[in-house]
Amino acid sequence: MSSAMLFVKIRKQFPANGLAPFVLDVDAAFPSGFTVLFGPSGAGKSTLLDCIAGLQRPDSGQIRLADETLFDASRGISTPPQHRELAYVFQSLALFPHLSVEQNIRYGITRLAVGEQKKRVETIAAAFRISNLLQRRPAELSGGEKQRVALARALVTRPRVLLLDEPLTGLDASLRRSILDDLRAWNAKNVIPILYVTHNREEVDAIGEHVLTLADGHVQETGIPHSVLEAPRRVQLAHAAGFENVLRAVVVDERPVDGVMRVALENTACQLEIPLGDVQSGSEVQIAIRAGDILLATEAPHFLSARNLIPGTIDSIETRGVLVIVRVKAGPTFTVHVTPGAARSLDLAPGLLVWLVIKTHSCHLVR
Amino acid sequence: MNAEALLLSLRLATTVALLLVALALPLAYTISFFDWRGKFLVESAVALPLVLPPTVLGFYALIAMGPRGPLGKLWQLLFGHPLAFTFAGLVLASLVYSLPFAVQPLVASFEALDRRLLDASAVLGVGRASTFLRVIVPLAWPGVLTALVLSFAHTLGEFGVVLMVGGNLPGITRTVSIDVYDRVQSLDYDGAQRTALLLLLVSFVVLSIVYGVNRRAWSPWPAK
Repeated sequence: MSSAMLFVKIRKQFPANGLAPFVLDVDAAFPSGFTVLFGPSGAGKSTLLDCIAGLQRPDSGQIRLADETLFDASRGISTPPQHRELAYVFQSLALFPHLSVEQNIRYGITRLAVGEQKKRVETIAAAFRISNLLQRRPAELSGGEKQRVALARALVTRPRVLLLDEPLTGLDASLRRSILDDLRAWNAKNVIPILYVTHNREEVDAIGEHVLTLADGHVQETGIPHSVLEAPRRVQLAHAAGFENVLRAVVVDERPVDGVMRVALENTACQLEIPLGDVQSGSEVQIAIRAGDILLATEAPHFLSARNLIPGTIDSIETRGVLVIVRVKAGPTFTVHVTPGAARSLDLAPGLLVWLVIKTHSCHLVR
Repeated sequence: MNAEALLLSLRLATTVALLLVALALPLAYTISFFDWRGKFLVESAVALPLVLPPTVLGFYALIAMGPRGPLGKLWQLLFGHPLAFTFAGLVLASLVYSLPFAVQPLVASFEALDRRLLDASAVLGVGRASTFLRVIVPLAWPGVLTALVLSFAHTLGEFGVVLMVGGNLPGITRTVSIDVYDRVQSLDYDGAQRTALLLLLVSFVVLSIVYGVNRRAWSPWPAK
């Protein structure tokens, strides 16, 4: 399946409710993979998704999916939601309460042959681990199960874009992580843009790819999430926030003059320089590092500002959509995220000797 | 007691209730899910039978169905006999008379539906008509049942309209309520008593079923 870019350039004004009128004015492009739409309640996030899905009509602008125009105000084009071939998981999930899980999942594919329906339902139910729930009604499901069913119902139609409106709100961090992992694995095979709306910073971090910040109907900034991050304080939060590497370490010495200290990782010779923290030499700490903050080099680099150069060998490589996950043994095992292009140009393969390059300030002290 | 009159009333009420729900479903759908200019006029027209005296409604129905009225002429043309003072005429007039009792519970139950379910159906590629049958009607079934039973009960109890357009032809237009009226006029209080009691019981049982099956369904009384 080829991946297509979603282009959105729309404006929609809402009548004033006593105050200034609310204007949604967005110009953005969404590549395949996750884009997090982050912003406070009332920023226009759901309205933007509704416009993309065709449930609300912008006053002006265009919405395009690759070469296909879904909406163009000036040409009077507006494909009805039934024909946009997108999927949309609402915050309320909107599972049909009178239908079983299986009937819910089948709902959007009843035009297909019965055999094909069955096959697709089985495949998607297995991918989202709900095969044992097919005969239940939505009222008999837990929160996490409902969310999995809603995702399965949306994705079984093989959509071209996935719109998610705070679909994992209210779940605990580990459950959310597990659902996200399943969704990422699905996205690896079905490379489509996924727009993930949230007002929760933890979720922004947990997804950790592109972020588009929306406030008061306008795009404020785009970028990658760690630029808006604070250092995590607790291990659980670090995991929840998507720090793929959380390593045990012992403080070796402190250099207050430089504002740094050295730690030894997991009783190995491997040492890291990290920002000075309020801890004593010899005390046990944990260090959180984002997989996306680690650089890989296939030769020992020179003349770098980064203070941490750690040799290691590649243990495994896993490609998930636009993300390549590399595990490197260097004393402890590090998880590193690189792009498919980088993996290709460096000829990354298991067994290859590499150097991990980690900036001091990419290492976060976790208490 | 007049079994013929009771059977006629039941036949009339059943016919009207079924036809009315079939008519009221699309009407309630357009009222609930679409906003259009002039919608309030249609809503007012639908509610008119609630406030008009049945004799007024019946009077206009009689004029329309008479040999020189538009409906009467059309009927004569199509079927070769007049419409007034026939069972079909009675059904037509009753449809108008009981219309609000079918439309209002449907509108109330449609409007209580979570709109996101309809959005979900649309995004999943399912068209409006199909969504209506697969999502709206199954979820609004208490409203459908209420509409069915209320229009049945209301038609069962009508008097003024029947008197105006139906007259008093045994087996054709003499319903239970006309029968009771007739007996009182001829001082047959015992006969009137038996028929009246039967109608009272049937109506009560029917309404008890509606309220019993769905306590939260539309009710003629203000919401608690």
